[in-house]
Amino acid sequence: MDFIKMNFDTKELKEMLESIRYVYGYDFTDYAEASVKRRVLHFMNSKKIEALTDLGKMIFADEKLFEELVQTMSVTVTEMFRDPIFYKSLRENVMKRLATYPFIKIWIAGCATGEEIYSIAILLKEEGLLNRSVIYATDINQKSLQIAKEGVYAVENMKSHIANYQKSGGIESFSEYYKSKYNSVMFDKSLKQNIVFSPHNLAVDKSFNEFQLIICRNVLIYFNQQLQNKVINLFHESLCPFGFLGLGSKESLLFSDKRKEFEEIDKREKIFIKKISDSK
Amino acid sequence: MIQNKKYEAIVIGTSIGGLHAISTLLEEIPANYPLPIIIVQHRSKTPRDLLEEILQIKTKVKVKQADEKEEIENGVVYIAPPDYHLLIENNKTFSLTVDELDSFSRPSINVLFESAASVYKEKLIGIILTGANNDGSQGVQAIYKNNGLVIVQDPDEAKCCIMPIAAINTKAVNHILTLPKIQKFLLKITD
Ligand SMILES: C[S@@+](CC[C@H](N)C(=O)[O-])C[C@H]1O[C@@H](n2cnc3c(N)ncnc32)[C@H](O)[C@@H]1O
Repeated sequence: MDFIKMNFDTKELKEMLESIRYVYGYDFTDYAEASVKRRVLHFMNSKKIEALTDLGKMIFADEKLFEELVQTMSVTVTEMFRDPIFYKSLRENVMKRLATYPFIKIWIAGCATGEEIYSIAILLKEEGLLNRSVIYATDINQKSLQIAKEGVYAVENMKSHIANYQKSGGIESFSEYYKSKYNSVMFDKSLKQNIVFSPHNLAVDKSFNEFQLIICRNVLIYFNQQLQNKVINLFHESLCPFGFLGLGSKESLLFSDKRKEFEEIDKREKIFIKKISDSK
Repeated sequence: MIQNKKYEAIVIGTSIGGLHAISTLLEEIPANYPLPIIIVQHRSKTPRDLLEEILQIKTKVKVKQADEKEEIENGVVYIAPPDYHLLIENNKTFSLTVDELDSFSRPSINVLFESAASVYKEKLIGIILTGANNDGSQGVQAIYKNNGLVIVQDPDEAKCCIMPIAAINTKAVNHILTLPKIQKFLLKITD
């Protein structure tokens, strides 16, 4: 990255994010600044745009360019069974309790290109819960949602996905879950039948259902404390009593005023359960 | 080479051979060291590699893994967590991301150094130690251009010279020193 450009004014950046919010309704104003700065610079370098003011003018004149910027701003790096021990803990600590519900609703927020969704679907299938579950998979990145929906992935990543699956406690033959074609694999229709894909922006959109399990991993790290707090409130509101919340391995409820209304059920893997409130 | 300008932070980047090199540097650092030391050591994804614990045994100064939004304090050695990039915010707190690999690495030295340079400017010391790829060579340029101080381990001494040489080739380097000399330097600047 060319460093000269690295020094643009933070205030100027904030103003541009405000304008984006106003014009396009995408709210990046409460994202953690260092990474936003890096993403914007990355975009400017790739487009050979020299100054932030130029970028500002260009994205408001050209919606297509703005959408490209949104793509750059949302980092969709993901994998199947990322942090296998997290999934192991779901198997051991969460699935049995989910099984007590006649109908299971799960929200995967910030699902990126969907690898996480299929990992959860596989877990549910192995516990015999898939056909009475619905997974709501959301993200702000429409392109990555489309990839998630198709469920087609590069074959070269499968080796590490399978290794992760096994570390997560998986004992089935993983190849049963997909078909290979040329250089890609396509996940089985049976895994997809109860998944609802939809755009949802955690920074601006509201709660839309009540869930027994919410998974939101490696999204909160991109937000500042205020936005983290707001989103945890949104999750709290969207969970049924004793509903589960799973976060990324370096995320926490530390900056949330709802932290006392959750109980940790796996401290290392960041899995929480919503307590029933005393007031009701 | 001691200047009287005040430094506010030290960032260190290393890969192969790094554990030994970092331990050597930290050996004599007192518990009340007046600067934070922030380290990217390329490491495997396995969460239980005990890097922090091993380093803690070697030094009196507190060693911990950097947490997201944690306030950066003097007298603490922070290590970037496996599989996350470590960045520094203007308000001297940490951010983590899972952005793409940089120089085949996450955590990446470039990512830490570039964000540290934009926050600490001329009050930053950046150190490149032994390592097997050229991660960090963009980072040292960022520090240098901001008038920070760049030190590179003498490639003749380094267990793996690729990373030091890549940094030196950028010409954005103030000093090329052996580990004992870097160690002395770190103790002296705080006098
Ligand atoms: C690094 S990925 C994490 C993917 C996956 N959860 C995992 O842990 O592997 C972060 C995802 O969060 C999404 N995201 C960022 N801001 C968001 C927002 N305000 N609302 C919903 N999703 C968002 C990005 O588009 C991206 O797909």
